[in-house]
Amino acid sequence: MAVVMGPPPQSRGSMTVPEANRAIDAVWRIESARLIAGLTRVVGDVGLAEDLAHDALVVALERWPESGVPENPGAWLMAAAKRRAIDLLRKRKRDERKHEELGAEMDVRQESAAADLDTAIDDPVGDDLLGLVFIACHPVLSTEARVALTLRLLGGLTTEEIARAFLVPEATVAQRIVRAKRTLAEARVPFEIPRGADLAARLSSVLEVIYLVFNEGYSATAGDDWLRPALCEDALRLGRILAGLMPGEPEIHGLVALMEIQASRSRARVGPSGEPVLLFDQNRATWDQLLIRRGLKALERAEWLSREAGGALGPYTLQASIAACHARARTPEETDWERIVALYDALGQLLPSPIVELNRAVAVGMAFGPEAGLEIVDMLVSEPALESYHLLPSVRGDLLIKLGRVEEARKEFLRAASLTRNKRERKLLMDRAAALG
Amino acid sequence: MRFMVIVKADKHSEAGQMPDRKILEDMTKFNEELVKAGVMLAGEGLQPSSKGARVRFDGAKRTVIDGPFAETKELVAGFWLWQVKSKEEAIEWLKRAPFGGGTEVEIRQVFESEDFGAEFTPELREKEENIRRQIGAKR
Repeated sequence: MAVVMGPPPQSRGSMTVPEANRAIDAVWRIESARLIAGLTRVVGDVGLAEDLAHDALVVALERWPESGVPENPGAWLMAAAKRRAIDLLRKRKRDERKHEELGAEMDVRQESAAADLDTAIDDPVGDDLLGLVFIACHPVLSTEARVALTLRLLGGLTTEEIARAFLVPEATVAQRIVRAKRTLAEARVPFEIPRGADLAARLSSVLEVIYLVFNEGYSATAGDDWLRPALCEDALRLGRILAGLMPGEPEIHGLVALMEIQASRSRARVGPSGEPVLLFDQNRATWDQLLIRRGLKALERAEWLSREAGGALGPYTLQASIAACHARARTPEETDWERIVALYDALGQLLPSPIVELNRAVAVGMAFGPEAGLEIVDMLVSEPALESYHLLPSVRGDLLIKLGRVEEARKEFLRAASLTRNKRERKLLMDRAAALG
Repeated sequence: MRFMVIVKADKHSEAGQMPDRKILEDMTKFNEELVKAGVMLAGEGLQPSSKGARVRFDGAKRTVIDGPFAETKELVAGFWLWQVKSKEEAIEWLKRAPFGGGTEVEIRQVFESEDFGAEFTPELREKEENIRRQIGAKR
């Protein structure tokens, strides 16, 4: 096997195998997305590109414990992958020659492929990376497949890490990824950055995947823990990378703003024994001011870009604006509820949804009194989409307490507790019911 | 997890000299890489210690000592705050930074609330929260 050799072992002091493996993990996390992106552009198949990148990684795992991590590990891995790619292209050519006497055309293609490989690691604009983002989040794939592929190809997570994060067996994730790659190959999904009208739809699929990952970390829908911070960090990182790749897209900054501001409350959202703490009970002094600042800055950019484009604020920017209203209030009493109601009005027009309506009801309750809020909630009770949504009875319970209808409120909290799948949240709701007698 | 990456002072930074253009360009490029990779949360360069001060605590007594301070190599000249998956990742990023001339840069992990573990009992936590609340209320 042809590989580029690192410096001789004596020049860098030997590493233990676990040390080297951890270093290789780190290099992989930094380099893998760009490596796979560059290879995908050249070989035209994301599955094959990932295999080639993995082959390079295997070589690194063999060599680096002895030789040490090379000075430029990204270029080293690219060079190793490139040798494998050229070997493969040669082998393909030989195979094809056996079948049909094919000459000049393949030579040309192979030459240009080799030249492409040389420039593949140089991707200063990040177009390759962006191409990979759009492939991983392609609408031909199921949402689950998009999530798995995005975390794997762009987040540098292993199948095992993804499985652990989503509490599913590793084999399930592995299968999702294999199927996703096959689907992409069968659908002949091109490696490109969508333009024009196509871009908006494709971008919204990307943003959806990132926000889904974030939310799974932020309010785990299942399991024992209320928060899985590593997933939030992965989503934030993907969002920040995307914002760098497409700095002119307002909704990317809107999504980043939303995630930064929500993540700023992570510390305050969990009580001493792991139980969730609701927004109004949170100790705002523990909100992460650095993340809030970053979020507000991203929001400013999103709003400015929307204005420049002459368009209305998009759904992520609106949600970030709502989150920002809370972030700016030093105490719950300082919250600008009327502005929040107006923002929910705008969001509801853009994306009419019973969940947005439920949130609007909370804001209306705060801005104009519990009766006004309850009026909206009561209209949602018959909404089939919210039939088993635990936050509906939970919100209703809150409003009923304020109206002094304690017994009704208690029943609502019990109902909410029976509907949530999260253990911690169930306990919180049971406690609230118990406190009402 | 977050790491603080601490760049130490040298006689140039302490003299208030700006790095030459080449170094500034390289550093800007490195910072851009960090931002593009979604790693950099914050980063600042610090003015020389001659513009700073120290406060010394002795019982109830507070003594203000004006800069500059002598132990140049122990002083901080700048810092980054990075979000990464592991210490090794922070090391890999730092190895790409455009330093030279024997510079040593330190990587330190930032405590997250879960790191306090059992030592940080609910009572202690509550106390700390109370303190923070009072601080918050005063602002």
